[in-house]
Amino acid sequence: MSSISTNLGDPNDGHGHGHGGHAHSHNPFLAHHFDTPEQQFTTGKLGMWVFLGTELLMFGGLFCAYAVYRHNHPEVFMYAHTYLDKWWGAVNTVVLLVSSFTMAWGVRAAQLGQKGLLCVLLVLTLLGGAGFMVIKGIEYKAKWEHHLFPGRLNVYNKDYAGPEKPGEAHDTHGAAGVSHGAAAAQGHDHAHDTGVAGKPVVEHANLATGAEAAPRSEGAETAPQAPKPGEHAEVAAMAKPVDGPKIPVSFFDPNSLGAASDAAKIVPKSGGPAGLAASEAAHGHAAHMAYGDLPARDKVRVNTFFSIYFMMTGLHGVHVVVGMGLIAWILIKGATGIFGPSYYTPVDLVGLYWHLVDLIWIFLFPLLYLIH
Amino acid sequence: MSAITTPNQFDVPAKGNEPHGHNYLNHSKGILSWMFTLDHKRIGLMYMALVLFAFFLGGTFAMLLRTELIAEGPTLLADKTQAWNLYNHMFSLHGAVMVFLFIIPAVPAILGNFILPMQLGAKDVAFPRLNLLSLYVYAAGAAFFLYVLLSGVINAWTGYTMPGGFGLDTGWTFYTPYSSSKSMSSVIPATGGAFILGFSSILTGVNFIASIHTLRPKGMGWFDMPLFLWGLYATSIIQILATPVLAITLMLLIAERAMGIGIFDPALGGDPVLYQHFFWFYSHPAVYIMILPAMGVISEIISTFSRRHIFGYTFIAYSSIAIALLGFLVWGHHMFTSGQSALTNVAFSLITFSVAIPSAIKVFNWVTTMYKGSIRLETPMLYGIGFIWMFSIGGLTGIFLAALSVDIHMHDTYFVVAHFHYVMVGSMLFAFIGGMNYWFPKMFGKMYNERVAAFAAILLFIGFNLTFFIQFVAGSHGMPRRYANYPVQFVSHHYWSTIGAYIMGLSLVIVLFNWVAALLNGKKAPANPWGSNTLEWQSASPPPHDNFPTTPVVTDPYDLDRWRYVSDDEGWVLTDEAKAAIAAGTARTGQLH
Ligand SMILES: [Cu+2]
Repeated sequence: MSSISTNLGDPNDGHGHGHGGHAHSHNPFLAHHFDTPEQQFTTGKLGMWVFLGTELLMFGGLFCAYAVYRHNHPEVFMYAHTYLDKWWGAVNTVVLLVSSFTMAWGVRAAQLGQKGLLCVLLVLTLLGGAGFMVIKGIEYKAKWEHHLFPGRLNVYNKDYAGPEKPGEAHDTHGAAGVSHGAAAAQGHDHAHDTGVAGKPVVEHANLATGAEAAPRSEGAETAPQAPKPGEHAEVAAMAKPVDGPKIPVSFFDPNSLGAASDAAKIVPKSGGPAGLAASEAAHGHAAHMAYGDLPARDKVRVNTFFSIYFMMTGLHGVHVVVGMGLIAWILIKGATGIFGPSYYTPVDLVGLYWHLVDLIWIFLFPLLYLIH
Repeated sequence: MSAITTPNQFDVPAKGNEPHGHNYLNHSKGILSWMFTLDHKRIGLMYMALVLFAFFLGGTFAMLLRTELIAEGPTLLADKTQAWNLYNHMFSLHGAVMVFLFIIPAVPAILGNFILPMQLGAKDVAFPRLNLLSLYVYAAGAAFFLYVLLSGVINAWTGYTMPGGFGLDTGWTFYTPYSSSKSMSSVIPATGGAFILGFSSILTGVNFIASIHTLRPKGMGWFDMPLFLWGLYATSIIQILATPVLAITLMLLIAERAMGIGIFDPALGGDPVLYQHFFWFYSHPAVYIMILPAMGVISEIISTFSRRHIFGYTFIAYSSIAIALLGFLVWGHHMFTSGQSALTNVAFSLITFSVAIPSAIKVFNWVTTMYKGSIRLETPMLYGIGFIWMFSIGGLTGIFLAALSVDIHMHDTYFVVAHFHYVMVGSMLFAFIGGMNYWFPKMFGKMYNERVAAFAAILLFIGFNLTFFIQFVAGSHGMPRRYANYPVQFVSHHYWSTIGAYIMGLSLVIVLFNWVAALLNGKKAPANPWGSNTLEWQSASPPPHDNFPTTPVVTDPYDLDRWRYVSDDEGWVLTDEAKAAIAAGTARTGQLH
């Protein structure tokens, strides 16, 4: 009874009671409800693993939506993924993998109490995360310029309200029986537009596929969007050296490829159906699909691919940013030198989180960029 | 852990309150000491205040709903269109508030928070800061949610539009494409609120799983845990596995509504049934988030008040896990009429039937525990018996609905409404109030008036059955759910159902009144008023800030023979044999299986 009274009489004393005794009084990082640092470490780690499980399930919903739509509408995915730049995707994969490596090494450095090394590695990891986001930004910007943002900002969405009037474009194309030829021809125009604006040509040429341009063809018939003949020649000239040699045929949308290599032939016929059809036949790229080749039921679903792409990469991007915040936080803590053999839990947990972010990207990259 | 055999462990205070009356309630003073507390007990109480407020709101609107339905034609408002519109907003509010703000958090966040660490003999949950965070996340989500929902009702009733609030008229299920493309109400803020609430639930789940894995004291193996902890563990598994799927679903729904991304709206190339799959992948398991911890409460109560060791401990423990896992495989039974393939329907139907097995295992074990027991019909036990009765009805009518052909007839009728209210209210609410009465003395150190409490329990039982049993009849005769009006042959069904609802409302007011009266001038509670053997009863009532002066000795949690009754004032104390066993270090008598 006496022990109870003393305990209860002094709330501060109460904290220490019932423990093994020595451990916590020496270790300022041991919370009052744990007996040993090991118990605290195991608990933290378990909690983080469980949390990562919830993250996986959250992404799991998106993966499931992806699987359903890809299974039900494979042509949409075959067609629409050609808008994504596989090279930027690959670079980003490498960037994240390297940052995961520096993170893992950082955990080791924290464990060994190597303060300087830890800080260097965490800065490198942060740079990796930042690099990833910058590249993602470049990709997003290109999508924005090509009206491929999700929902009503997407030219393939039936509610798209932009100047391109895609719904009408689709209808006219269908009604007139015009196939991808017309679309592809517009694809050139589009590539040229952006090329003129001084943007990285590789990115844009890649994006300027026939399908994307299909809606624009409607715009092209209205005054403001119609490209000037002069521009065409100029841009074709600019685009040629970049597009031609550097981008392998395999990942490149055939329509854009046509734009580059057959520019001279096509430019004068801007908007006409024949040019691209001819160029496509010439290049014989059976693996690729043009907008006009899509079954009617899939034409209205091209925007779904972009919705899934943006939801997946967007949610992943949010996780990258959160991870960078966490890394910055342990960098600040680590700079004070508090991590060492007896206490490095935060570094370990943030490391786990960062690896998960990396892992998810490893799945996203092939699923979105490398569809065959 | 050396403290485990500290000889004075059995000096459990005979009286609840210590001589100097120091406990977690007066450990520190001032509003800030509550708002920033990391003490799981105080967090549990703050949850209690918020969740009970939500329950009060949801209940009030249940009464108003039933009032609208008491007679044919518009009742609350003279104009038909306005009355129906008001009804739509009211039932959305009732359903959404009850599900997201009351039923899901009630047992885990209030009773779980308070009791789980104590049953583990621990000082707190694994992550106290996360625990506090989850409380504030809950409060934030609830604020969003309530603002939107109330704005709709107020607008429908008075015509006054609150800034930015246009209510919710989709029901709590937010079905697409109505919610994403057609509804004129504030779907985005409402689903945003549900999204935020989901994180609160996830954080609680993570916390409980980590606590149960790593904070169990020496000597408490998995199968030495009280069954309430098994219930909470199974619940937490569902919370962490299912809630993230709801989160992403709501995120997609918000994006669909805000931007028209075309995932769910067929007009944009989306698939509305995919939404239903996603939604029920969460929301069916969520039903078990509601019922599993309630079943844990019942296991504690039935054993304690039958003065018998729980029968079939291992079966009850495993059946919790089995229900949690099977619960993930049955969501399709909500879509028998949504155009699923016949094969899918059959598969979901069969798996749904199989959930009856672990559920029945529990019921049989509770009944067997009571068999030849010395049953004491104190208030928690009244709720416990009521639970078994109504869970049986709710469960068995679930089997009707799992049968494909019957479900085609019953789908979206009052039969379904009655079925899930038997499980959600008749079972879960009864377990919650029973659990609140059971642990009330521990939480506040006060005894409530037993007679009033028992009267309220019986009145609630009568009111509940009057309200909902007749809905089985109305439903099987074809009365569709969610309708504000009905043909003349259902007049008497609805009339009596509404009378029953009023009786329920009255009894709940008595319950609340009784608790408040007990807080104000209840008798002091002894440390162990019921003679239970789980660890929380081995601390004072109310417990000190750190729960236990010394880590208590772990024994079989249902070895009730270790306690003997002294008096109402002193409650139950350890027998001399039990004390001697502790002193000799041979106290661990646990032979559970
Ligand atoms: Cu269900």
